[in-house]
Amino acid sequence: MNGTPTSTIFLVLRRLRTPLIVLIVIFSVSVLGLTLMPGPLDPNGGSMPRLSFFHATYFISYTATTIGFGEIPYAFSEQQRLWVTFCIYLSVIGWAYTLGTVFAMLQDKNFLNAVAAQRFARQVRHLREPFYLICGYGEAGHLICQALDELGYRAVVIEKDEAKVGDLELQSYSADMPALCADAGQPDTLILAGLTSRYCRGVIALTNDDSTNLAVAIAARLLAPSLHALCRAEHAETAANMASFGTRHIINPFEKFGEYMALALHSPAAYHLLLWLTGLPGTTVTRHREPPEGKWVLCGYGTFGKVMTEALENAGLPVTIIDRAAPLAAAHSWIKGDGTGGEALRAAGIAEAVGIVAATASDVNNLSTVVTARELNPKLFTVLRQNHVANRALFDAFESDFAMVPAEIVAHECLAILTTPLLAPFLAFVRQADDAWAETLLGDLTGRFGWDVPTVWSVSLNISQAPSVYRLLMRNEAELKLGELLRTPVTDRPPLACAPLLLLREGDPPRLLPGLEEPIRLGDQLLLVGSETARKDLGLTLFNGHTLKFVLTGQDFPSGLVWEWLAARRQVRDA
Amino acid sequence: MNLEKVIFGFFIVFAATLNFGFFIGEIDNPVHHDIYELFAAVVVNLIATVLKFGDRTQIGAIHLATSLVADLQLLAAAMVWGYAEHVANTGLTPSTMSSIVSLSGGALFANVISVVILIAETIMQRR
Repeated sequence: MNGTPTSTIFLVLRRLRTPLIVLIVIFSVSVLGLTLMPGPLDPNGGSMPRLSFFHATYFISYTATTIGFGEIPYAFSEQQRLWVTFCIYLSVIGWAYTLGTVFAMLQDKNFLNAVAAQRFARQVRHLREPFYLICGYGEAGHLICQALDELGYRAVVIEKDEAKVGDLELQSYSADMPALCADAGQPDTLILAGLTSRYCRGVIALTNDDSTNLAVAIAARLLAPSLHALCRAEHAETAANMASFGTRHIINPFEKFGEYMALALHSPAAYHLLLWLTGLPGTTVTRHREPPEGKWVLCGYGTFGKVMTEALENAGLPVTIIDRAAPLAAAHSWIKGDGTGGEALRAAGIAEAVGIVAATASDVNNLSTVVTARELNPKLFTVLRQNHVANRALFDAFESDFAMVPAEIVAHECLAILTTPLLAPFLAFVRQADDAWAETLLGDLTGRFGWDVPTVWSVSLNISQAPSVYRLLMRNEAELKLGELLRTPVTDRPPLACAPLLLLREGDPPRLLPGLEEPIRLGDQLLLVGSETARKDLGLTLFNGHTLKFVLTGQDFPSGLVWEWLAARRQVRDA
Repeated sequence: MNLEKVIFGFFIVFAATLNFGFFIGEIDNPVHHDIYELFAAVVVNLIATVLKFGDRTQIGAIHLATSLVADLQLLAAAMVWGYAEHVANTGLTPSTMSSIVSLSGGALFANVISVVILIAETIMQRR
């Protein structure tokens, strides 16, 4: 099916043209014939009048539909019976043909596609809340849909594979997720899925195919330039191409993992902080062993292998590569062979090595490599590339030190960008900060909130996101300190279970970890980390003037015209 | 020449001519209006309607609309006839006959529009 879907009603009418004409012809021939047949003899010797059109239509209607009331209005003559016999067979053929056509049409692929596309378009059109457009419901798409659903956002999905669309329908998401089985590379499909809708918040291209992602990126750039577009790119050329026309967020899972690895080598605490802040909601982060310094062995010099080699060598660690191909990079020590066998591993010097990276595109080979390697050297630090989320049980059983799951990395990255735009600048600080600082911060935060992935959110102190604070500050009554705002609106006003990470103010340099004494101004943007309850409590404070007053003063003020008036009178009397 | 176009044109013109044949004559004289001609007009009109199904152009839509009007009017005429003969048992009085014929006259008007559109469409096509 290409282009806009045919209006189904027209498709139905067009298909039913011939059967309907056949039915009309059969019916009219039958009725006409019946009115022409001579009637039976009446008792007086004359003959009864022929059937009128009215009676003939009545008779044929109930006979053709197999209801069969008998011979009405009188017992028929032999000629009439002969004609009726003929009509019965004729009408059976007519109905069988019509019903056959209808059922064939209902099962027709084009028709079903047209119906599905129309239903999908209607669902998208009727969405009256912000949604994200997700192209490609693979493993990353699945994780993102789950996370968005958990965070209370709507999503619209385009996926080429019918089985995956079926899988999506079986998931129990709290909100309905319209899904269409179509090629996301087609601009028409994207428009149908709401790319140009004013409720669309962002488009996320996650298909396995780089060229499709590229097509989505350019369509988003031209048709909806103000939208956030997040595109997965596995090849450097695609990424460069996307960047050339200004795609804002390009996610290369291998590149990202290389960065993580470099960070983990350079500053383990910063790495853990980053994992903890960008984790998928509802999961727990576990602390990894720190990657040791020394000689490393890498199996499989593909896209990922290249990135990892670079990361390790930048950290000053020597790498020996095992690959089936002849040496590609002359600068590295290269063993030609199969990493899954002990021979090649021994030749690469696995006994003296401190770590191994299994980086091939086959999960089974990767597991086989690290299992063999660990037998040869039990103390090895293992980095495993997991290509399919479905193999998780195997990877969990092996307990590698690092598992690189492209789908999860893409999902983390997308969520961090989409839900908390302020997180990216903060993470940039974390990456550059020294290890001791990150260690202290990580200890503080995990001490307060535990190792479960926390809620990270940003708040803008403006009229739409914080109307009560806006009104208070516009009246210029008093200076408002950050610590005063971050209190729970219950008796005794204990501090909210959250910590400010970053304060952005126009004209000022970004403030990392702003203190509670920091005065706040209109237009400030805050990045906070904490519990979900804290987020909701703060939301209430920012929206509701009475809650804000209570949080600031600890007193409940009367609301409503009459009560306010009475309270004012009482105040005057008491004074 | 296109067989589909021939059939299409045939049914539209045929529907109009049958309708006209039934309509012509003294309005209240049953002798001038044959029931078989009315039956044929109804059937041919229904077929013409179905032939117009599934065309998404503007002209196609008007075509279908005129045909639906003609069907409605002719079926109403047939129903009046059946009612007078079998339900009311009054037979074909001049007043019944004139209402039947005037209903078919309305259908004729719709059919004429249909034919005019058909001709206009043909003239517009410069091939």
